[in-house]
Amino acid sequence: MVKQPFEVAVEQHGVTVLRVCRALLGVQDADDAWSETFLAAMRAYPELPETANVEAWLVTIARRKALDLLRAAKRVPLPVQDLPEASTALGVPGADDADLWKLVGRLPAKQRQTITFRYLAGMSYAEIATILGGTAGAARRASADGLENLRKELAHE
Amino acid sequence: MSDDVEKLKMLHRRLEIEAEAQGLVDVAYTTVDSPVGELLLAATPKGLVRIAYTVEDHDRVLESLAEKLSPRILRSPKRLDLARRELDEYFGNRRKRFDLPLDLSLSRGFRQLVQQHLPDIAYGQTRSYREMAEMVGSPRAVRAVGTACATNPLPVVVPCHRVLRADGSLGGYIGGLAAKTALLELESAA
Repeated sequence: MVKQPFEVAVEQHGVTVLRVCRALLGVQDADDAWSETFLAAMRAYPELPETANVEAWLVTIARRKALDLLRAAKRVPLPVQDLPEASTALGVPGADDADLWKLVGRLPAKQRQTITFRYLAGMSYAEIATILGGTAGAARRASADGLENLRKELAHE
Repeated sequence: MSDDVEKLKMLHRRLEIEAEAQGLVDVAYTTVDSPVGELLLAATPKGLVRIAYTVEDHDRVLESLAEKLSPRILRSPKRLDLARRELDEYFGNRRKRFDLPLDLSLSRGFRQLVQQHLPDIAYGQTRSYREMAEMVGSPRAVRAVGTACATNPLPVVVPCHRVLRADGSLGGYIGGLAAKTALLELESAA
């Protein structure tokens, strides 16, 4: 298997990385996280094994860069409880699921991150576990708990 | 959706600028329209390294550059501004000689030697493969000259189209015979 030009990674995964950044940060900071992610990725790209899952690798970097930005902004060091209100362009753009993603932003950190990686980045529970720590089973439970909470919230609305 | 498309374009332009500033772009490329079809232009920090015709399959050419040079390849048109301008002038009959830094590192040995001497054939002139072999001091290496022309990584700018068979017929061309004819007609009309 031959490694693709880096441009292919930007073209294929730029949207996913942007959505992950927006799910973890606000719209403004998401741009900075996106840039930092692809600069760091481009720097390390020649050393990436040819068999690696490029998307999962980029999402891992994006998460790290997003957390760096959160810390730099002197917000709560780890998981924020609330996503910034501005993050409305998430999910399927143009679709009326902005409210849904607002609710996702209010979920406990682990549930929110798991749902983000699962449904925005399309990652498997095993891949999510390698990023968040813990087991694939724990990731699956966090995701299920998150969905359950979302259902309750939606029923309240 | 169109919002995200615009946003990603903006982010890509920002990436081009920042990656270039940090020295991360080993190969920058763009595509340009020309009378001989869409051309892929690629450059290293040293200079223009590859021009490719559409028949060569641009995606495949980029993959080959990733393998031979570096996978740190980004669509970044700015580095190709000078090449694009000189090609425009050439196709507009306003330029007879290319004057821009070239990176011949995709070729080695005899092939590179031949490619270095191809610009010695003046605009509008042609040489046979045999004459070209004599020009580089290896009169019997006619076939190797043919290979050097066929593997020229910088067609148009390195004018392998000015080398013909001894009987005046076209011989081969990396961009196809129609492209070779078009370039020769362009130069003879000027």
